[in-house]
Amino acid sequence: MITVRSLLDDAWYERYEKICNLNIRSSIYDVTNGCNLRCRGCFFFSSDEHLTGEAKEVHDWEGFIDAEMRRGVNLAILIGGEPTLHLDRVEAFFKRLPTFCASNGLIKVPRDRFPKMMVGISLWGDAETEKSLRGRDTFEISSKNYAGDAYTYYLYTITSQQVGRVEAMVRRIRDIGVKVHFQLLSNDEGADGFSWQPEQLADLRSEMDDLLDRYPDTVISSRYYHQVLTTGTMLGRRFGWEECPSVSETHDTRVPQPRRLIRFIRWSADLKTTHRCCTSATRDCSTCKDGAAHMSWIMVNKRAHMRTAQDLQNWIEVYEMFAKLYRFIPW
Amino acid sequence: MTQTQNGSMERRIAEILIQELKLENVTPDTFDVTTDLVKELGIDSMDLTTVVLVLQGEYQVKFDEDSYPSLNTVRAIAAQIKQLQGAAS
Repeated sequence: MITVRSLLDDAWYERYEKICNLNIRSSIYDVTNGCNLRCRGCFFFSSDEHLTGEAKEVHDWEGFIDAEMRRGVNLAILIGGEPTLHLDRVEAFFKRLPTFCASNGLIKVPRDRFPKMMVGISLWGDAETEKSLRGRDTFEISSKNYAGDAYTYYLYTITSQQVGRVEAMVRRIRDIGVKVHFQLLSNDEGADGFSWQPEQLADLRSEMDDLLDRYPDTVISSRYYHQVLTTGTMLGRRFGWEECPSVSETHDTRVPQPRRLIRFIRWSADLKTTHRCCTSATRDCSTCKDGAAHMSWIMVNKRAHMRTAQDLQNWIEVYEMFAKLYRFIPW
Repeated sequence: MTQTQNGSMERRIAEILIQELKLENVTPDTFDVTTDLVKELGIDSMDLTTVVLVLQGEYQVKFDEDSYPSLNTVRAIAAQIKQLQGAAS
């Protein structure tokens, strides 16, 4: 029988032991339907998911979060709209359970109120790309708000037009003392010139691998994650609706049900509506490039990676990447 | 419960694990009932949920979800089942 111990040497087994019992059950919460940006390619607005209502009273949020904890959720991932527009709602989560807050970084999360809360700042490229897709260079502001913050990383959504130009932003992020993690734009709104071509994905994979090697203290990533994200394949299987682990339990009617995130639901800001998945229901799953979905896809398929030592080591590196992003293990 | 009955239950649990999780290169007779299911076999919470559903049907018991982390070996699962059966009788 193949066991973990039979595949790993002592050093790898020690790394495995640090993550194998984390048992994280996350769900995603749209904190608000409002945003202080309107980005071309943002799935939230292009799919009309912002048209649900919005619970306004903090005590409604508090009761809802308590119910979520009883449901077994132990990690809250806050997205939006822009969560920092409603810090009282963010605080309701933060006071109750481990919380990650996605933000465009234009509003600084006050650290006296939210010490050690993980903040992930969205970034879509260099100043030119940011202005083109988001209307302004958000890095100019977010870098001032979060320079040196030990609980912040940039979630760099790389577009096809950024291939070959990623390093410049990585260097700027390094220079302000913050970490960076990569994912890819899925171009939900079909913006001209932002769809992926196979050769671009191959080039980007090499580029991300190279950046991981040369900026190990700044880039939180793994080669295997780059491989799976850019090829859309894992262990000979292709990513898509039949495989995605990040479908809300309330929408998951798939038969047979694939391996998935236990208890996962993405909730609307009305606290009643649940969305199909971690991105939008209008997205074509076969071309989805969502980083978290691909990362989770790897993570929920642990035993499938117990074929060879290399496969299991790949799995460990991706799980470590996840655990670092949410500070379950140190950077 | 006799030692034979204990062994029989552990063997059946091992058999269920092998069947439900499609474990290879092991039989109920060669399954080490003290092997850590999470640390060594890579079983995760979804696997455990699958197995628990079958065990609940087979042994007519109801596991508390909070107890899942303690179900880390075949022997521990058997002990938990016996405890639940005892509490119900």
